[in-house]
Amino acid sequence: MKTDHSTAYVRQEDAPLLPPPRNETGIIGWFNQNILSLINDFSGIGAAIRSVLMAVGTLAILYYSAHILWALIDFAIIEAVWSDPDELKRVVCTTEIAGGIQHNGWHGACWPLATAKMKFLIYGAYPAEELWRVNITGLVLIIGLVCLMFDRMPYRMHIGISMLTIFPVFAYIMLVGLGDWIGLPYVDTRDWGGVLVTLVVALTGIIASLPLGVVLALGRQSNMPAVRYLCTGFIEFWRGIPLITVLFMASVALPLFLPTGVTIDNLLRALIGVTLFASAYMAEVIRGGLQAIDKGQYEAADALGLGYWKSMRLIILPQALTYVIPGIVNTFIGLFKDTTLVAIIGLFDLLGAAQAAINDAGWSSPVQAITLYLLVATFYFICCFVMSRYSMRLERKLDRSNR
Amino acid sequence: MANNAKLKKQGSEEIVISMNGVNKWFGSFHVLRDINLNVHKGERIIICGPSGSGKSTVIRCLNALEHHQGGDINILGVTLDNNVHNVETVRRDVGMVFQQFNLFPHLSILENCILAPTWVKKMPRAEAVDLAMSLLERVKIPEQAHKYPGQLSGGQQQRVAIARALCMQPEIMLFDEPTSALDPEMIKEVLDVMVGLAETGMTMICVTHEMGFARKVADRVIFMDEGQIIEQNEPEAFFSKPKSDRTKLFLSQVLSH
Ligand SMILES: Nc1ncnc2c1ncn2[C@@H]1O[C@H](COP(=O)(O)OP(=O)(O)O)[C@@H](O)[C@H]1O
Ligand SMILES: [Mg+2]
Repeated sequence: MKTDHSTAYVRQEDAPLLPPPRNETGIIGWFNQNILSLINDFSGIGAAIRSVLMAVGTLAILYYSAHILWALIDFAIIEAVWSDPDELKRVVCTTEIAGGIQHNGWHGACWPLATAKMKFLIYGAYPAEELWRVNITGLVLIIGLVCLMFDRMPYRMHIGISMLTIFPVFAYIMLVGLGDWIGLPYVDTRDWGGVLVTLVVALTGIIASLPLGVVLALGRQSNMPAVRYLCTGFIEFWRGIPLITVLFMASVALPLFLPTGVTIDNLLRALIGVTLFASAYMAEVIRGGLQAIDKGQYEAADALGLGYWKSMRLIILPQALTYVIPGIVNTFIGLFKDTTLVAIIGLFDLLGAAQAAINDAGWSSPVQAITLYLLVATFYFICCFVMSRYSMRLERKLDRSNR
Repeated sequence: MANNAKLKKQGSEEIVISMNGVNKWFGSFHVLRDINLNVHKGERIIICGPSGSGKSTVIRCLNALEHHQGGDINILGVTLDNNVHNVETVRRDVGMVFQQFNLFPHLSILENCILAPTWVKKMPRAEAVDLAMSLLERVKIPEQAHKYPGQLSGGQQQRVAIARALCMQPEIMLFDEPTSALDPEMIKEVLDVMVGLAETGMTMICVTHEMGFARKVADRVIFMDEGQIIEQNEPEAFFSKPKSDRTKLFLSQVLSH
């Protein structure tokens, strides 16, 4: 029954509360709204052409996605060589025509190569009898990170603070060593390599660049001109030069400025370079967050008598950092991948170690490089993807409590 | 009327705010011109005037959110100058409520209230919580203590903002158009809380266009225009026999709707 609402009218009964139409919920609803609605509109010539193009495009994309996925599965799993029981090395991953045992035209991953190089890819040339030190450090790191991911973890705050303060000292002692007298002989950082170097550079950069970035961002907004110019100059300087130049200068030019006899560890130089570089980017991301804060928040904090540092710490920064989580994680991910550039100054990070393994003539084969690159790419992808997902979770969580 | 007379007796001789020849400029714009104002302890002052007349600027000078450039401001015996320590002392004793509430959105209602007492006054947390709960009770929203500001209506948020300011146990409360950002049906609940506060003898300076409220609680109504105090009087005389033409024009505009 339809009521005429154009004249005076008083409702006698409430209109019924109904569930939504069936085809708007669930998987069918999703399909209807996102796919079908785009390709079944033939209401006019323009709409019909658009529908046809959409349908063709959707099918083409599906086809090529499946194609690429299949090629990857075929190479990495189906065609791949998994073991090398007779230690044939390169022969096991080469076709007959090239003197190997695989049929001609074979193209698959050479996983025995990855297995054989695994230790080198993870630890570099870290002495074999000291590897337990790296393992323990890694284990503590993993346990700590896993604990921090659970919201309901008891003593979460304490664990977090320990991970930021005690853990770096612990890791330094374990990895560098204290000397023979305590059973932890020094290990020269020139022997470090692979995932170890990648994680050391990336984690140091990540942990140090955030507080540095906060300080620089606050400094750039300071009322004191000297502080403001200093921070602005610092940020603009480090943002203005490519990381590769920073690292190059650190390894080539820095020794020229140091007194003779004084040397700085190559790894330390890379750490400092990467950290300062990342903190300049971080500062700008955080400044964006500071600018998004309503002026009223600063005024309310001032009016309550909180003072500069307390209002920053308790009111402004918690909100500003929450706003820019995507930007912060973006910078972290960029930093993580940029660590591959340390190969420039002769450090064997994961990519550098893979590069060295690729040059091993004992495993020389057409699939040697692609196998190792696939492995390295997978490692970087997993790390970055985890960071990305974690940031999304964090955003959702903080969003819930905020608004 | 009787209520008004009863309230008025609470104003004492002690002067808690004095502004002498205060001038202020925003760039070359002379926003406050020769402001002279003494406020007695327990006095309730309403400031009104057209938009842009400098009302907000006056009360923001009283807790140094804005810095005056000429004349003296003395609050509870402390002179507001460039001395950071003096500014902090004054801010502890002067609470402020803003038009836009300015609650901290990342903190719960209770945390909003106990933040300043615990961090600025170093009050033990349990004591601060008790105080906050009793004040939330007074503004009639104790049951919202664990919600976040974004989950509350405008009127509720403004009442929390009042409670938050009161948690510092201030001597003086400043209100800058506390009901101007509210939907009409929420104005009364906020004004009721403010009337209740006035009855406790709090020294209040309130910028508002709620003339009914002004009549009810004010000891003095001040009319500002173009950065100057044009007229001030007791509410009855102010509303019934305004002297200046500008006041008459303004009152005819705000009272006509
Ligand atoms: N931070 C500022 N910078 C420049 N001009 C300002 C600033 N704040 C306020 N003003 C100007 O000063 C005048 C008085 O402002 P205000 O005290 O907020 O007026 P009211 O509260 O009476 O509406 C207005 O013309 C306003 O535009
Ligand atoms: Mg105003």
